[in-house]
Amino acid sequence: MTLDKLKPGEDAYIRSVGGTDLPLRKHMLDMGLTPGTEVTMVKAAPMGDPLQLTVRGYELTLRKADAAQIVIDKVHDAHTPAPSEAQPDIAHPHTG
Amino acid sequence: VQTGEAPLPDGMPITFALAGNQNSGKTTLFNQLTGSNQHVGNFPGVTVDRKDGTIRGYDNTIITDLPGIYSMSPYTGEEVVTRQFILDEHPCGIINIVDATNIQRNLYLTMQLIEMGIPMVLALNMMDEVQNNGGTIQVNRLEEMLGIPVVPISAAKNEGIEELVHHAIHVAKYKERPGRKDFCDADGEDSGALHRCIHSIEHLIESHAHAAGLPLRFAATKVVEDDELVLKALKLSDEETHALEHIIAQMEQTCGKDRHAALADMRFSFIDKVCSATVVKPHESKEHARSAKLDKILTGKYTAIPAFVGIMALVFWLTFGVVGTSIADWFSGCIDSAIGVLDGALTAYGLNPVVRSLVIDGVCAGVGGVIGFMPVIMLLFFFLSILEDTGYMARVAFFMDKLLRKVGLSGRSFVPMLIGFGCSVPAIMATRTLPSERDRKMTILLTPFMSCPAKLPIYGFFAAFFFPAHAGLVTVSLYITGILVAVVFAFLLKFFAFKGEPVPFVMELPNYRMPGVKNVARLMWEKAKDFITRAFTVIFVATVLIWFLQTFDGKLNVVADSSDSLLAAAGSLIAPIFKPLGFGDWRLSTALITGFMAKESVVSTLTVLVGEASAMAAFLTPMGAISFLVFCLLYTPCVAAIASVKRELGTKWAVGLCLMQCAVAWIVSFAVYMIGGLLF
Repeated sequence: MTLDKLKPGEDAYIRSVGGTDLPLRKHMLDMGLTPGTEVTMVKAAPMGDPLQLTVRGYELTLRKADAAQIVIDKVHDAHTPAPSEAQPDIAHPHTG
Repeated sequence: VQTGEAPLPDGMPITFALAGNQNSGKTTLFNQLTGSNQHVGNFPGVTVDRKDGTIRGYDNTIITDLPGIYSMSPYTGEEVVTRQFILDEHPCGIINIVDATNIQRNLYLTMQLIEMGIPMVLALNMMDEVQNNGGTIQVNRLEEMLGIPVVPISAAKNEGIEELVHHAIHVAKYKERPGRKDFCDADGEDSGALHRCIHSIEHLIESHAHAAGLPLRFAATKVVEDDELVLKALKLSDEETHALEHIIAQMEQTCGKDRHAALADMRFSFIDKVCSATVVKPHESKEHARSAKLDKILTGKYTAIPAFVGIMALVFWLTFGVVGTSIADWFSGCIDSAIGVLDGALTAYGLNPVVRSLVIDGVCAGVGGVIGFMPVIMLLFFFLSILEDTGYMARVAFFMDKLLRKVGLSGRSFVPMLIGFGCSVPAIMATRTLPSERDRKMTILLTPFMSCPAKLPIYGFFAAFFFPAHAGLVTVSLYITGILVAVVFAFLLKFFAFKGEPVPFVMELPNYRMPGVKNVARLMWEKAKDFITRAFTVIFVATVLIWFLQTFDGKLNVVADSSDSLLAAAGSLIAPIFKPLGFGDWRLSTALITGFMAKESVVSTLTVLVGEASAMAAFLTPMGAISFLVFCLLYTPCVAAIASVKRELGTKWAVGLCLMQCAVAWIVSFAVYMIGGLLF
């Protein structure tokens, strides 16, 4: 899912920052929106756009259209390990 | 810390650059460092403010306040200015101010500054706030990890400044360059791919960087970031460029990230490491909690707009209503009595009446009339700078963005336009903070439609006679008309002249803060100084010119009746243009000409030519009066505003703006007069 879809109060991790507007993309990276960073949606502006986020301990604004370029993993999704990544249940090599 | 170079010889001036993020307290620190020893100018070739000053108590120093930036990418004018300043002017040292409450993001710029290899000190601002919230930052460990001296300070409370200056002068004098420039991890999660990439590039471009005078590490990381300016400066051969691209492509493949993301990630990973080793985070800062609470109302879904209207109404009521008027009346009274005393003295002395007329009717009346406006303008700036300093203006830009985007602008253009209600001159200067040329030009073209207080005497003069019962309504309607015309005009510009998109709105919302008394006081002092300078230069010349034109006729004889003067001749010449608008009398067109110098002159000229407002009934209908007021609202801004446009955008734009606004004013006044004629 993309960052613009995140609801107020929800957390997510950034997976990738896309977009064809290179300066904008660079600026978003410079402001700390790098892959793996945790973001929290604070709210949308009274007229619905732009959005207010918390990232790296400060408040950042971003338009919805630009936020749609950022792919995220919601925090609770990220914490639930996907089946393929689940630890295989093997006997501990040093015991027994 | 590297040493080994010969220290700067005694007596050689030590130059510093002050760099840091926006909202890091940079201006406050600059004011603390320099006191009143400042002078303001421009960086060469660009209209970005440059402030230089001498550090208090150290006469042999020069410190330059660089624009507040977040990164050294070449995408905004301010970032380029900062880079070029450091690369071209070779400051002996850099003072990097970092907001300790927001250290993660602030250090991103620090790391890029360190790469420039210039002696540097880190000023860790707002440490008191971190500590009050139960957090700490281990300064010694931070120094060790970054390889530069770190001095905790509180710029607002003037704490730690002496120690900061001491360290800054020491590193600059003894050329103690940052002890570490290499922040890439040789065995990080990308197994050192970026580290190898940067170092291979360093080897490849070493001689080129040296020839171009670029710091090697800085040049290498900028090559990875595909920085056009650096690539051009390096003058690489095709083979070398090819080799670089190959190295970078390989790094991208190994890292699984593109070049931009890889580098940003490397910097932030290092910062995370630094922070986890040195920063004990406070739980929830009081300042942030307070901001969040205030934002519930000030940017709340249903409360933001009403709160904004309320705040602005209060500001305008205080400025133009109770407080402002009483101060302005008192001030004008003082000026009038001073002029009266001077007049009496000159008459008693028996000075030539023409010269006396020049001094009293020309200079004193003109300049005095404008100076009389100073209290109102200073008061408006007082309130606007408080709104700016508290962080509220950033919120206004935030919730107005969607609205302004409909007319092709971003929320950031809202602030200059708001200042336009105070005076177009600083409003036009405030567009410098806008990150795109397109947004800047559009905002500058729209700002003069915001009615400025200099036009209030015109509204008052006409309304008092023609609409005595509705004077307030007339004034408010004119303000609203100005805004509506700006909106329509913005639409036209968007569709015909300025296609394309407004700048992205990636902006920090700083915590609300108490405005610094010193900062506000300094700003007001600067505005007052600027205003007085203007009154005694542009307006002085203008009033003398107008006085000359209205005192003499074509044969340079002193006229008995001003209707025979040169000014009247010029007024009569253009009067027919205004006939279709309902005010074809030469006295009104003459007043409009003088209004080009300063809007207040419209009223003073009319008083000279007509006498009492009641005499206007002979040649002006109430509908004509409204048409005249609309014309005054919209036509060319005063010469001071035009001069600012010229400074920002050049002569062509200034002349164009002037002509265009006259055309808009003519069309709208004509429409108003025609529609009014049909209705009444």
